[in-house]
Amino acid sequence: MKVSCNIKVNHLSRVEGHGNIRIRIKDGEVLEAGWDVVETPRFFEAMLVGKLWENAPWICGRICGICSIGHTLASIRAVENAFGITPDRQTERLRLLLKHMETLQSHILHLYFLAAPDFLQLGSVLPLIASHPEVVQRATRLKLLANDACDIIGGRRLHPTRTVVGGFTMLPEKSQLAQLKARLEAALPDLTKTAELFQTFTLPDFVREAEFVSLKGKNQYPFIGGELVSSDGVVRAEDDYLQMTNEYMVDHSTSKWSRLSRQSLATGALARLNNNFALLYPGAREIAAVFGLQPVNHNPFMNNIAQLVECVQVVMDSIAITSELLAGSWQKPRQPVVPKAGRGVGAVEVPRGILYHAYEFDQAGRITRADCIIPTSQNNANIHYDLIELARQSAARQKPDAEIQRLAEMLVRAYDPCISCSVH
Amino acid sequence: MTARERTYLGVPVSKPRAAFFEFTSCEGCQLQLLNNEATLLDFLSLLTIVNFREAMTEASDEYDIAFVEGSITRDDEAKQLKAIRGRAKTLVAVGSCACFGGVNQLKNRFNDLAWVKEQVYGSHAIDTREAVPLSAIVPVDLSIYGCPIKKEEVERVVTNLVLGKSIDYPRYPVCMECKANHNVCLFDLGEPCLGPVTRAGCDSWCPSNRFGCWGCRGPAEAANVRQLRQIMHEHGFSDEQLLDRLECFGGFADYVTELKRAAKE
Repeated sequence: MKVSCNIKVNHLSRVEGHGNIRIRIKDGEVLEAGWDVVETPRFFEAMLVGKLWENAPWICGRICGICSIGHTLASIRAVENAFGITPDRQTERLRLLLKHMETLQSHILHLYFLAAPDFLQLGSVLPLIASHPEVVQRATRLKLLANDACDIIGGRRLHPTRTVVGGFTMLPEKSQLAQLKARLEAALPDLTKTAELFQTFTLPDFVREAEFVSLKGKNQYPFIGGELVSSDGVVRAEDDYLQMTNEYMVDHSTSKWSRLSRQSLATGALARLNNNFALLYPGAREIAAVFGLQPVNHNPFMNNIAQLVECVQVVMDSIAITSELLAGSWQKPRQPVVPKAGRGVGAVEVPRGILYHAYEFDQAGRITRADCIIPTSQNNANIHYDLIELARQSAARQKPDAEIQRLAEMLVRAYDPCISCSVH
Repeated sequence: MTARERTYLGVPVSKPRAAFFEFTSCEGCQLQLLNNEATLLDFLSLLTIVNFREAMTEASDEYDIAFVEGSITRDDEAKQLKAIRGRAKTLVAVGSCACFGGVNQLKNRFNDLAWVKEQVYGSHAIDTREAVPLSAIVPVDLSIYGCPIKKEEVERVVTNLVLGKSIDYPRYPVCMECKANHNVCLFDLGEPCLGPVTRAGCDSWCPSNRFGCWGCRGPAEAANVRQLRQIMHEHGFSDEQLLDRLECFGGFADYVTELKRAAKE
């Protein structure tokens, strides 16, 4: 029998922010399908105009409740690049460690609390508290480790307090770092168990070719700054980010959309991994191999697995960073800041993909222009076209309505969208 | 554990139906609730959660307590908030956006929404209005202050709510907590700080991390902003720096108007 259905999901659950899915199929033909972002805009770029430079990281961190650390670090990098400040190695290491712990926190939240219920045919993680307490305990243990690490380095897990232009207001105690290192080492077996859990799940078999955009790593898997790259071969300098994003508006979304060489582009864990696979730790590559994940992988559901691989990557790298910091003695936490007129760009890989902040300053260090381009806004067009393709393939395979809706919801969740962030 | 078994000092404890909603915000305050890993399960056992879109798919319109995050910046949000108010016995404003407008109200300061829209969307039509707190639209029963909210405070407020105890907030400023924490004064470290005028309850969260207070919890009782202005000047800080902090989260709106007037003189 040919598929006919009319699916409308208003305010999709288990994602950050407000987006709607619509799919209408009649007699096996897709009449319409799409992804509508209805989130209210907050106008951060306008808010910043006229404000002194020190406001930027503090205000911009509030673009996002999940990746506030990433926004703060991108903002700081943009200000420092404009003022010609280069962070010293200690600051650079601590920022990366902080970044890693946010990545771990966010990926674990997504994998266990937002994505896993779909594979277990549940509406939320809550039933697992009774049925599989060890799974929920493992998830909270990993999340707590990551959040505690953010507290001791950034001062706070959400909207950090110690991260400032020039460095940090204060440093963690060495004893706290040593304790963190021990907990990171203990987290590796928990991640192995997480991989075992995800091996019991069946990822939907869906492929739509995409162009993947991320930072381009040189010697290490990239997270903060550097060149920009796409899987179609485009390479640009960090300052030329506008050539990678090419934002435009559509009527059914309050989020802007992006494109590069194709109709749409994808960013996030899968994009980073597709573009920088060789730079992963061998232990992280092993996890990828278990799931048959190799570059360039075009199944968006694989973003879940890419996040899992990155959890291993960031924990391993964090062990290396804490070892290095513990071996040295603390230097001054912060360098002086002298504002000057100019423009600065900061590109940072946050959990959902590449994030850009760019500011222009007058001589006193007041912001005259601001621009923030969010990973999910870059992904929104790709999600939209994926949904159309998913509807087509589902109709061709004569899937039942409920299954099409479940797959569509899972597809959007696989991108781990941060919708209020994308509109900002 | 069923509601019947639960008592506190021999008094049965209700397990109210709770719903969580978010309007214009970063949704960080809701995530703060999930960030309470150590006590999350105990916290969840206090309530019957019937609506929490960010974490669960099941949803119900029957609830006793509505926890609402975010400010109101569009007519459809105002309409939905009124519907929530109609259903909830208790409406709790969660976080600075819900309590004061939060950082979202920074766009109001231009008094020119057309310019604000144009800055971000160019000529593309977009719907927005001045960002306002929940209390500008509906009566609010309780407020949980902060950007972000502090989990210990949320837990205390919710526990008291469930037990039917009164809910009180510190009337003294953050400065008191900061002193009790034996911190070096931020002014002595060369940093501006709103600790002397901001409502306590965060345990001097930012100053304890050597970062000056930005007043996210709004004014303490009898906040002496005039005196703070003098302290700021004595330490070489400008009215602009004071104003940046006072206007950041919206809690000091009345003082901002006064300071802008005074700074012109």
